[in-house]
Amino acid sequence: MRIKSPAHCVAPPTGRNMALRELSSLERYLGLKKPNKYSTQGDNKVPVLQNSNGPPVVGLVTVACHLVKEAKRPELLGDSAESRAVVQQWLEYRVTKLDGCTKEDNKTILKDLNLYLQDKVYMAGHRFTLADTFVFYGIHPLIADLAIQEKEQYGNVSRWFDHIQHYPGIRHPLPPVVVLRNTIYTGKHH
Amino acid sequence: MKLFVSEGNPHCLKVLAALEVTGVDCDVQYVNHEERVVPFLSRPALPALLLPGGLHLFSPNAICRYLFEVSGQDASELCNQWLEWEATDLQPPLLQCLHMAVLQGKGSEVSTVLQGPLDYMEQSLSKGNTPYLTGESISVADVVLWAALYPMLSDPSLAFGERTSVKAWFDRGVVMHSCQSAAQKVLQGKGLQGMKIFMQRQPAPPSRQCRDRQPCNSNPAEGEESERVVSVEEMEAAALTWSKGLTAGPLATERQHPILPEEGKRNLLVTSALPYVNNVPHLGNIIGCVLSADAFCRYGRLRGWNILYVCGTDEYGTATENKAREEGLTPQQICDKYHAIHSNIYKWFQIDFDFFGRTTTEKQTEIAQNIFWRIHKHGFLLEDTMEQLRCESCKRFLADRFVEGICPNCSYPEARGDQCDKCGRLINAVELREPQCKVCRQTPVVQSSKHLFLDLPKLEAQLEQWLDKSTSTGDWTANAKQITRSWLRDGLKPRCITRDLKWGTPVPHPDFKDKVFYVWFDAPIGYLSITANYTDQWEKWWKNPNQVELYNFMAKDNVPFHSVVFPCSLLGAQDNYTLVNHLIATEYLNYEDTKFSKSRGVGVFGDMAKDTGIPADVWRFYLLYVRPEGQDSAFSWADMALKNNSELLNNLGNFINRGGMFVTKFFEGIVPVMELQPEDKTLLALVGWELQQYIQLLDKVKIRDALRHILNISRHGNQYIQVNEPWKKIKEGDTERQRAGTVTGVSVNIACLLSVMLLPYMPAVSQTIRDQLNAPPSCVNTMLQGTGTFVSPLFQKLEVDQIEALKKRFGGQQTTAQSAGSPQPAAAPAAATAAVASVNGVDPERAKQLTQAVTEQGEKVRALKTQKAEKAAITAEVAKLLDLKKQLAAAEGKSPEPAPQKGKKK
Repeated sequence: MRIKSPAHCVAPPTGRNMALRELSSLERYLGLKKPNKYSTQGDNKVPVLQNSNGPPVVGLVTVACHLVKEAKRPELLGDSAESRAVVQQWLEYRVTKLDGCTKEDNKTILKDLNLYLQDKVYMAGHRFTLADTFVFYGIHPLIADLAIQEKEQYGNVSRWFDHIQHYPGIRHPLPPVVVLRNTIYTGKHH
Repeated sequence: MKLFVSEGNPHCLKVLAALEVTGVDCDVQYVNHEERVVPFLSRPALPALLLPGGLHLFSPNAICRYLFEVSGQDASELCNQWLEWEATDLQPPLLQCLHMAVLQGKGSEVSTVLQGPLDYMEQSLSKGNTPYLTGESISVADVVLWAALYPMLSDPSLAFGERTSVKAWFDRGVVMHSCQSAAQKVLQGKGLQGMKIFMQRQPAPPSRQCRDRQPCNSNPAEGEESERVVSVEEMEAAALTWSKGLTAGPLATERQHPILPEEGKRNLLVTSALPYVNNVPHLGNIIGCVLSADAFCRYGRLRGWNILYVCGTDEYGTATENKAREEGLTPQQICDKYHAIHSNIYKWFQIDFDFFGRTTTEKQTEIAQNIFWRIHKHGFLLEDTMEQLRCESCKRFLADRFVEGICPNCSYPEARGDQCDKCGRLINAVELREPQCKVCRQTPVVQSSKHLFLDLPKLEAQLEQWLDKSTSTGDWTANAKQITRSWLRDGLKPRCITRDLKWGTPVPHPDFKDKVFYVWFDAPIGYLSITANYTDQWEKWWKNPNQVELYNFMAKDNVPFHSVVFPCSLLGAQDNYTLVNHLIATEYLNYEDTKFSKSRGVGVFGDMAKDTGIPADVWRFYLLYVRPEGQDSAFSWADMALKNNSELLNNLGNFINRGGMFVTKFFEGIVPVMELQPEDKTLLALVGWELQQYIQLLDKVKIRDALRHILNISRHGNQYIQVNEPWKKIKEGDTERQRAGTVTGVSVNIACLLSVMLLPYMPAVSQTIRDQLNAPPSCVNTMLQGTGTFVSPLFQKLEVDQIEALKKRFGGQQTTAQSAGSPQPAAAPAAATAAVASVNGVDPERAKQLTQAVTEQGEKVRALKTQKAEKAAITAEVAKLLDLKKQLAAAEGKSPEPAPQKGKKK
């Protein structure tokens, strides 16, 4: 008896390009009338915006910032040098840490974000920014995998997550995740 | 505003260069690499910038961009694009290069890794024809990229080749005073070697290829079963694989003992940490070593690898002497008694050792003394007098484990004489503050005697060289690497290998004739001597590093002995020994929310598991399901009941049962003809993907993660049956009947595949499934034809009261135990046992009567409904019916939920 080696198995499905879905969702949220043309480049399917007024714009974060500027909503990138730096940092965190994170990283990520969000409503403090959208998309699969008890354990992340998924025009194209607002597990350990 | 940096950290080069270039006024503080500056991050992250508003930035690129912005230079879009590229595309290969060049001494191979990114830069720079990345003047992008590349590109061994534009751009930075001075601050003029200490503390970067194959979460759609889109190509590929059937591979032959390495095969020598003989193992011990190794070996045999799995009891040492005194037996009698106990427990758990031996044998003496003389001959032993604790009231030297006191490193009050459980550091018993004899609680005195020491510092260089190779080519769990690294970081010290005891392997040296070997030196040699007791040709396994891969399974507390100390003994012996290639260490398994404790009677011990009435396979399933892989986990009764009922019963068991039921009920026990439709092919593609994940994970010994993919397959399968409703279609026209046949056939074939995938986890259930399916022994041949009968449900529901009783029974009586300070026997109230028996009791006679009653009552309800009787009357009769069904389910030992395969749903 032997199990067939992976070479004979079916390749994993790639699905549609998530980054492109995120960008078109962002376009809708920003109310951009004319949809842009996108392509992808390289093995990692990095999104590229074919810009009619200049050279193509490359990279998920760069394209997103470009769209925000096009829609004249600069406040979504932060309203001060400090908050702009914080927003950029979390956008980078999304594409470097959340994308491609392994299962072992998940707990650390959730724990860190939970602590970070302890005294914050949004990723960059008191205002909704692009960082909320992108960290939301990036962390969605992690949250969707959590049991109710774990969601309680990461209460601050869950609160923020639930808030953002109900933020008008953001959740699409992802399925909703149920987050309970009351706690049902009393003790800390079970 | 304050900037925190550490020396030799390449990421700090960026921010220091940016600070110099912009001239922003900012305090700079040098801290240790391990310093946690950013309060919310659990891993140290440097550089970090504390902003005036109190927030922390921990991304070097964001810090640089901020420094440029406050100095009046906003980043352009092109700038942003370069920064994003740097973070996502340049950093991963760059870190891999640094790892190779600094730690593995493979500097010559880095140019191939960096080729892609450097070509990309060359292209952009030459196309734009500007001196800097974004134009005529320097921007944050130039500073960041320059600083990122500096450590690699400044090394003369790396050639730019034809990349003239990159070279010109890079040299512009090198001559700039600000960049130069930042580089000097970080690397101290030591080049790549300046980063060695920093790099040693970083987790090894996954090679890019590796990362892409991992089941990552990068694509959120993958996390959602329903969202996973299967392409037409995948469906067709799956259908093709299916149509081919299985190439009749060579039948796995029965194992022929003795198993020896074979040319042209993967030869795996697998060990699990030797359990100490005088303790009955608890569930944590079982999952930590023997069960994990067993699951892996069973999987490996399925893969056709040639495996020898050995283990045995570790029998020498003071603890045995004491136990013997306690029970009025000789140490040998104690060992015989407990060896049998261990052996029986592992047999019950179906641990399939090729040989389960013991360390108190002649072979042990022979091999240990041989290794000792070789180490001695090669000059790796030192003589020294050692201070030892002696208890005057017990009249003997105290073994390390028989002293307790305050840890000299972290002040933990219950540190043992050899190791502190809190900080994990090794301790010399005489260093303990306020030492106490564990037996009589008197304060021991210090006495000196002459001892032999293994000269670890002299072996350190050899060890490091071998470790670099082993950890980079083999599968070492993250904790194993980290614990080993921290040992080397603290520097190795000579370790005493002799003890003033009687019960041990005698030291053959005439000057030390009243002494025995210290267990840490002696016990791992047990792996060799146990193999030697199995076969005279043991050296074909143990002195054959080119042909044999050695896997060591253990819990994390055992890591240093297997990764540092034992390899040093073998290296010092210079006899071409096989050294560990793959070190698989688990974290700890807790019991409910506390630790297992024999003395307090808390937790489930190996010998009690079978008294619970829960089958060994269910124990195996749950222990592997919560295997502390990557982090501590806990055994919980409630969770075990939940997993049993939701995963085994309602998911896995239900799926396998339904397919089989349909074959028996609708197709006279013969698997019907199948004509695949797109939705069948979609299911096959999904199953294929899960199978592939399963294989990839188990190849890497991710036993717990792989189990999830088995359960995913039956989830897909249940959904498939639910959507296709074969129980309805079978009653309709020919086309529908044909469809029901295909769905049924596909389902039982997947059930057969599941039986094989389950084998490493639940060997008995796996066999039962194949027996029920009447699958040929050369199975995995999922195209089965023939008859099968489906009578017995695979799993039984665990009821709440049953679980509560067990929880109570194994929960110990902590308060009394603490106050009395004496060992408590595991409380086993008779009532609890009775409850288990009654719930578990399946009563076929009563079930028969109840079935009859249910049918009659059902007809009564239907009659009332057709007569359009009063609502209250119907409700009352329906309640009676439901109650009868519940009783029936209990009598059959099944879930009281209406069984979906009855086909009355919807």
